[in-house]
Amino acid sequence: MIRLQPRAEPSKLMGYIAPLIALVITLLSGMVLFALLGVPVGAAFYAFFIEPVSSLYGLSELGVKAAPLIMIAVALSIGYRANVWNIGAEGQLILGGICGGAVALYFYEVDAWYVLPLMMLAGVIGGMLWAAIPALLRTQFNANEILTSLMLTYIAGLLLSLLVHGPLRDPDGFNFPESRLLHDAATLPIIMQGTRLHIGALTALFIVVIGWVLLSRTMLGFALKVNGQAPNAGRYAGFTQNRLIWFSLLFCGACAGLAGLNEVAGPIGQLLPSISPGYGFTAIIVAFLGRLHPVGVVFAGLVMALSYLGGESAQISLNLPVAVTGVFQGMLLFFLLAADVLINYRVVWGRARTARRPSSEHGASL
Amino acid sequence: MFVSSVFKAASLRKVSLALVAALLSFSSASVLAADPVKVGFVYVGPIGDHGWTYRHDVGRLAIEAEFGDKVETTFVESVSEGADAERVIRKLASDGHDLIFTTSFGYMNPTNKVAKAFPDVKFEHATGYKRADNVSTYSARFYEGRAVLGTMAGMMTKSNVIGYIGSFPIPEVVRGINAFTIAMRKVNPEAEVRVVWVNSWYDPGKESDAAKTLIDQGADIITQHTDSPAPLQAAQERGVMGFGQASDMSAFAPEAQLTSIIDDWNEYYVERTRAVMDGNWESQDVWDGIDSGMVAFAEYGANVPDDVKAAADAIKEGIVDGSFHPFQGPIKNQAGEEVVAEGAVLGDDVLLGMDYYVEGVQGALPK
Amino acid sequence: MSIDSSMLVMIGLTIISAATPLVFAAIGELVVEKSGVLNLGVEGMMLAGAVSGFAVAHLTGSALLGVLTGVGAGMLLALIFAFLTLSLRASQVATGLALTIFGIGLSALLGQPLIGIAYEGIPNYSVPYLADIPVLGQLLFQNDLLVYGSFALVLAVSLFLKYTQAGLIVRAVGDSPDAAHALGYPVLRVRYLATLFGGACAGLAGCYLSMAYAPMWAESMSAGRGWIALALVVFATWRPGRLLFGAYFFGGITILQLHAQAFGIIVPSQLMSMLPYIATIAVLVLISSTGSSLRRNAPASIGQAFHPTK
Repeated sequence: MIRLQPRAEPSKLMGYIAPLIALVITLLSGMVLFALLGVPVGAAFYAFFIEPVSSLYGLSELGVKAAPLIMIAVALSIGYRANVWNIGAEGQLILGGICGGAVALYFYEVDAWYVLPLMMLAGVIGGMLWAAIPALLRTQFNANEILTSLMLTYIAGLLLSLLVHGPLRDPDGFNFPESRLLHDAATLPIIMQGTRLHIGALTALFIVVIGWVLLSRTMLGFALKVNGQAPNAGRYAGFTQNRLIWFSLLFCGACAGLAGLNEVAGPIGQLLPSISPGYGFTAIIVAFLGRLHPVGVVFAGLVMALSYLGGESAQISLNLPVAVTGVFQGMLLFFLLAADVLINYRVVWGRARTARRPSSEHGASL
Repeated sequence: MFVSSVFKAASLRKVSLALVAALLSFSSASVLAADPVKVGFVYVGPIGDHGWTYRHDVGRLAIEAEFGDKVETTFVESVSEGADAERVIRKLASDGHDLIFTTSFGYMNPTNKVAKAFPDVKFEHATGYKRADNVSTYSARFYEGRAVLGTMAGMMTKSNVIGYIGSFPIPEVVRGINAFTIAMRKVNPEAEVRVVWVNSWYDPGKESDAAKTLIDQGADIITQHTDSPAPLQAAQERGVMGFGQASDMSAFAPEAQLTSIIDDWNEYYVERTRAVMDGNWESQDVWDGIDSGMVAFAEYGANVPDDVKAAADAIKEGIVDGSFHPFQGPIKNQAGEEVVAEGAVLGDDVLLGMDYYVEGVQGALPK
Repeated sequence: MSIDSSMLVMIGLTIISAATPLVFAAIGELVVEKSGVLNLGVEGMMLAGAVSGFAVAHLTGSALLGVLTGVGAGMLLALIFAFLTLSLRASQVATGLALTIFGIGLSALLGQPLIGIAYEGIPNYSVPYLADIPVLGQLLFQNDLLVYGSFALVLAVSLFLKYTQAGLIVRAVGDSPDAAHALGYPVLRVRYLATLFGGACAGLAGCYLSMAYAPMWAESMSAGRGWIALALVVFATWRPGRLLFGAYFFGGITILQLHAQAFGIIVPSQLMSMLPYIATIAVLVLISSTGSSLRRNAPASIGQAFHPTK
């Protein structure tokens, strides 16, 4: 009988091997899937994993797609370590986009250096304000933040729709629901000529660094660590649960808001009825794939972004319906999540020992 | 880690330069071999929506049927109208597609952006208004079809309440509501239109709820500007009538469907592909209606009386021969003020940005 | 426009059909969460149930076989989730989200041949005599069988959790898996079974969508209802009775805002559509701020992995 035996401490080696094992299993089951659908397996894998990043332009697009995922996932990781279950980053992203975009439209055709910083500030504040609602409701009224942040996401989406159908609509746009195109001074500079890679990607790296410093070099990181092991122990480090809730949500709101602004002032360049293909939700998966660690999140974000680009490329080169890419992506995620079991557990043969000391894990295991 | 990825980028660049060189030599050599013309499509929904995207995909298949192995078609479905659109369009362009159809309004700016970078690729953007030397726009005058439906509804309603399910209050939908209402009031000045917005193009459950709501409020005919057959099904279940949308939906409501507006892109897509093959493609702005067959109709349902059929056919013929225009004055707005004088006809520029209801529509237009 | 009793009955019937899929999906998730597991993949399981239920009902002509298949499909996806999170201890939140992606893709893939196919829907069944009672009888006793099933299911779950020993064990496992384990209860097996039950209910919810609510198959036709079901569980503070109320409250607001529009009430439709979400938050705040009931009913170990031999 196969049995899982907990390791004394997480295996470093497995930390590196597990994703590779997952990849191999994904490739094997992908072969079965593609063979069943009558798709040439080699071409399918090439389209999914190689073709999207086989050019500098492809790499830059990977960055464009991964940047919002990474910056939100880093912030979410910190919240999840503190047991703050913000699943409404999508809404916070939208509010960031709305506020930043509104500033740009207010200063329409004002060609000044301060427009872009103001927009970024507005984006950050917008995201934080939206995140402050669940924080307030949780700390003051004990309302579950999973639910409130999720509900606020729907409200944010409708608010954006309301605004681009009305006040923020392009006055010369035949009443179609979209804003004016942002002018040059309100658009994020491109880092690499001929691509869409904008300085927003750098802000993502900046946030990764902040997240890493927060976790490993500050009292907050320490508090999160002890909190994870023994709930509420963080208090000894001077962090009450309420302070952790406020901090986690506001930090995530700021990052998500900035990510939203980056989309609006970057690749989109205007306000549309929808400005995000679910980055806020996908970032939750990225956070866990990255094992709630900033560096892990970078890799996870790149893998996730690649799976989207790969899906598009497979549609174009093989005429695979988008449904197949969803199934394949789901499988990839299942295996990546499952393989992580090897880090904390050893797979052994034989029967369980009789002496049992029950215990359940707390904290970041959710 | 950052450094190593820069390294990777550098070495990949070499590889990709080599690839580009290889591709260039390949493509110049292969001109002689009469490569198939590659036609790409970008869809906003899944091809399985049985509505808007489905009809565009039917058009794509028509191209394949017409030209066989002289064409290669590609599609990317469920492309969101944000940052992803530009990447997908650019990818199609750089993959050697000769003609690219972008089939949703939200793709307007990305299409034009990419078109600038690929002057040799032809682009066709549906329902937009920005054009360039290599960007055409095309759309259908669905409001002409709505005038036909309005005429039928006005003649057939007994409760004098028509339920209209809207998606989003954009000019395209408002135009449809107005064309429907004007035609309806011409044959039945007592009838009124009630509008419910569901804020979605496609949510069968909610569309069904909206239809039932309107029926509960006395509507005995339902029409919709959303994509699923659910409202018709609700009409069938509650024993009232309705019109299909985008494709023939009589299979879903054999008794309830009076007729259906059918989006027929087939001929347009085939013609534009032929133009690219023959080398005479030019940028244009096409807004075709019943005349060209872009706006087509399903067979009349079994419950449509002969006089209604005749009246509907007369409207269709009138539109084709120019004797009838859905927006011919006098037209009054909701306040009863005349906005189009007797004899005048609303121009396309006004129609494109229509943002008010005409007399006969209940409630205010959400802004 | 006058509002008479027959109109009220019709509005009520519309609300019932809007609420029923939510009831199914949410009552299943309630049991899952009561056992200490959080499965965010409800949307994916619903779609799997919707497509397979519709396919089998269409192929065999038997609604019953369709419903059974849909239930089975929901359970199959729940089994993947259970294996990953319970046996392999993967993160429940992330696995649930991945399950949603997988379910949307899988259902779309399987459903491709079903596009544009009509199905007459599960027939209504009027309960003799009772359906003739004005208003209340007309409202409650002339629905399809799945609607009656949803009421029965809520009642059964309520009784099960409150009065049976098995229900007690589920709650114990959710509140304190360590203690339950020490007492000799098979924590993982209970959680497996609860998760499978949740999958079955989500599958049933999907069947209701594709076979009764809007009888057809269309990609992603659940349109976010799985997420609303998740919200309802918390909104109901894990109590079946309140969950039923919540589902009808939510369904009711959705329908009533459509009615307000049709009456010509001048509010932007987006604001109208926001109402149910704002109301949910408001009610949640009201319930939570009293505190006691939430604390009493919330499964203490929700979402936490359990390993008996650490």
